[in-house]
Amino acid sequence: MKAVRVIEGRAVPLERSDVDTDQIIPSEWLKRVERTGFGRGLFSEWRDDPDFVLNDARFAGATILVAGPRFGTGSSREHAVWALMDYGFAAVIAPSFGDIFRNNSSKQGLVIAQLSGEDVEELTALIHEDPSRLVVVDVDQMNVEVPSTGWLRSFNLDPMTRQRLLNGWDDIGLSLRHAEEIAHYEATSRAPSLAGLFDAAGHIRR
Amino acid sequence: MAGRTLYEKIWDEHLVCAPEGESALLYIDLHLVHEVTSPQAFDGLRLNGRGVRRPDLTLATADHNVPTDPISVPVTDPVSRRQLEALEENCAEFAITVFPRGHENQGIVHVIGPELGVTQPGMTIVCGDSHTSTHGAFAALAFGIGTSEVEHVLATQTLPQQRARTMAVVVEGETPEGVSAKDVVLAIVSALGTGGGAGYVVEYRGAAIRRLSMEGRMTLCNMSIEAGARAGLVAVDDTTIDYLRGRPGVPSGGAFEEAAARWRGYVSDDDAVFDKVVTLDAASISPNVTWGTNPAQVVSLEGVVPDPADFADPDQASTTERSLAYMGLTPGTPIKQIPVDVVFIGSCTNSRIEDLRAAAAVAAGARVAPGVRALVVPGSHRVKKQAEAEGLDQVFLEAGFEWREPGCSMCLGMNPDQLRPGQRSASTSNRNFEGRQGRGGRTHLVSPAVAAATAILGRFATPEEVAR
Ligand code: SF4
Repeated sequence: MKAVRVIEGRAVPLERSDVDTDQIIPSEWLKRVERTGFGRGLFSEWRDDPDFVLNDARFAGATILVAGPRFGTGSSREHAVWALMDYGFAAVIAPSFGDIFRNNSSKQGLVIAQLSGEDVEELTALIHEDPSRLVVVDVDQMNVEVPSTGWLRSFNLDPMTRQRLLNGWDDIGLSLRHAEEIAHYEATSRAPSLAGLFDAAGHIRR
Repeated sequence: MAGRTLYEKIWDEHLVCAPEGESALLYIDLHLVHEVTSPQAFDGLRLNGRGVRRPDLTLATADHNVPTDPISVPVTDPVSRRQLEALEENCAEFAITVFPRGHENQGIVHVIGPELGVTQPGMTIVCGDSHTSTHGAFAALAFGIGTSEVEHVLATQTLPQQRARTMAVVVEGETPEGVSAKDVVLAIVSALGTGGGAGYVVEYRGAAIRRLSMEGRMTLCNMSIEAGARAGLVAVDDTTIDYLRGRPGVPSGGAFEEAAARWRGYVSDDDAVFDKVVTLDAASISPNVTWGTNPAQVVSLEGVVPDPADFADPDQASTTERSLAYMGLTPGTPIKQIPVDVVFIGSCTNSRIEDLRAAAAVAAGARVAPGVRALVVPGSHRVKKQAEAEGLDQVFLEAGFEWREPGCSMCLGMNPDQLRPGQRSASTSNRNFEGRQGRGGRTHLVSPAVAAATAILGRFATPEEVAR
């Protein structure tokens, strides 16, 4: 993944809680075998509505999504992260997130900034006041800022996620540095195996 | 030193290393794969010139996408077909056992693991699917992962993990007659809320849990994710061991008894301390139904549609209002007066033999109400075969239900089994999200027995009403 240090851009307020991954990218989009092109499916059931905030010209081109609590709960589909990023989002700010969604985001470099419900409301109000306001999400400093107003709040990232984002590290590469420990574990622990259970056609060998 | 919880025991046993300043690396004993969340992972392997480290710990099945029409009818949707073919090609390339559509072992990934006996106590199990928590019924640490993590497990057989907090959900006492595991878990999700389990691994405990069959425990653990929990667990007891005995994937004879003796250690120590304890009284649980667009929006079947004005929290009030608008419901309407268009009995929550028996017992000798479409989709070919051996297919067919081929089907509507906009369903699945069963569809989650009764009366109903 690409390294990400600072995201500067405009933000769009979703103002909905419990936005599950089925809403972010409906299942009809999950049939694809590619990793790209999911942006068109982002929030697709809501985008038919001309009043939906992503259809509001004032927020066009925003790169930061501001949402309500429990964003990204539900299914494990990483397609939700691909869709957000393909559409152009680089960070999501909300009071809480689904665990798997948060994990998936960290693998792709989508920045998850968790602020309190109050802070999210304040930020939402600032954006509404002036949608052209620049918002800055700083991964290194772990804060969210609206420079034109002096509004500044910090968020938390676990140290490993922060390092991975800042360096653009590939998780698999990181783990493979421990190949020796993995081999040692396999040699010394009780090793389950399906070997011998099925024949080449997947039938139970009896 | 205090004893350890079940979760902590499994964690400790699977720790490969915990390097300073990095996430711990956890070894994965079983990786289940399906067509939807794997193609991009296999592509990633090819792109980076990596292989699958342990094909012998990896097992694949087609489930999400498969049509439930007779196997002789080809997959007509070209995009679905391409994805199903990709799974077979990828598994052939990387020497992974795969059960394609129509294979005798094929079925929903969380149904086939347990029934084949490859899901075993004390294991770590992952799958690119959030309902992997189902396998926790066997005291296995099982959780859903995203596609990047699927690729990670394929390449390394490990996952970087943060240790979760532990929560005990204790259901004391005895559930009233007619209350199923589905009703219990809906009550739990409602009590915890959709985010209440976030960051936790939940262990279900208490007399009411011990009395559940393995099928019931799977239903329970399955929906752990609906409360936001990373995983759900039930400790090993005789019920676990009895279920596993004789399954293809477990040893036989003396070796089984040896394994069983070891498995019995997968329980929390008496003096283990949980980070959080939530207690529910089983006697207070009734047959339940969801009224809204998240699985925590639950009401008793005897209740009424809630009123946004009843919620003090403005966020909850507005969520309720939006949910009711989407669901096309009026506050105060008795649940039992709400008519349905479709009934779906299936999904990894409720498509096992016991679920089908419960539904068939209600359907026997009755007729599906005019205008209602009722589908029964067994969780796997093995379940289907067993049900047919017991004559359940005939019971359903005579009552006017459709008897389909196994798959995820209308649980998520990736195949042709979908709700049309505005249609209302009673569904034994696990998610009532907007559009989950088809764009504009309105989903109410219920138990198999309630689903069957609802099909027959054409509105939400309890089995007792059918018998009358
Ligand atoms: S039945 Fe539904 S919840 Fe279960 S694996 Fe399939 S799509 Fe997911």
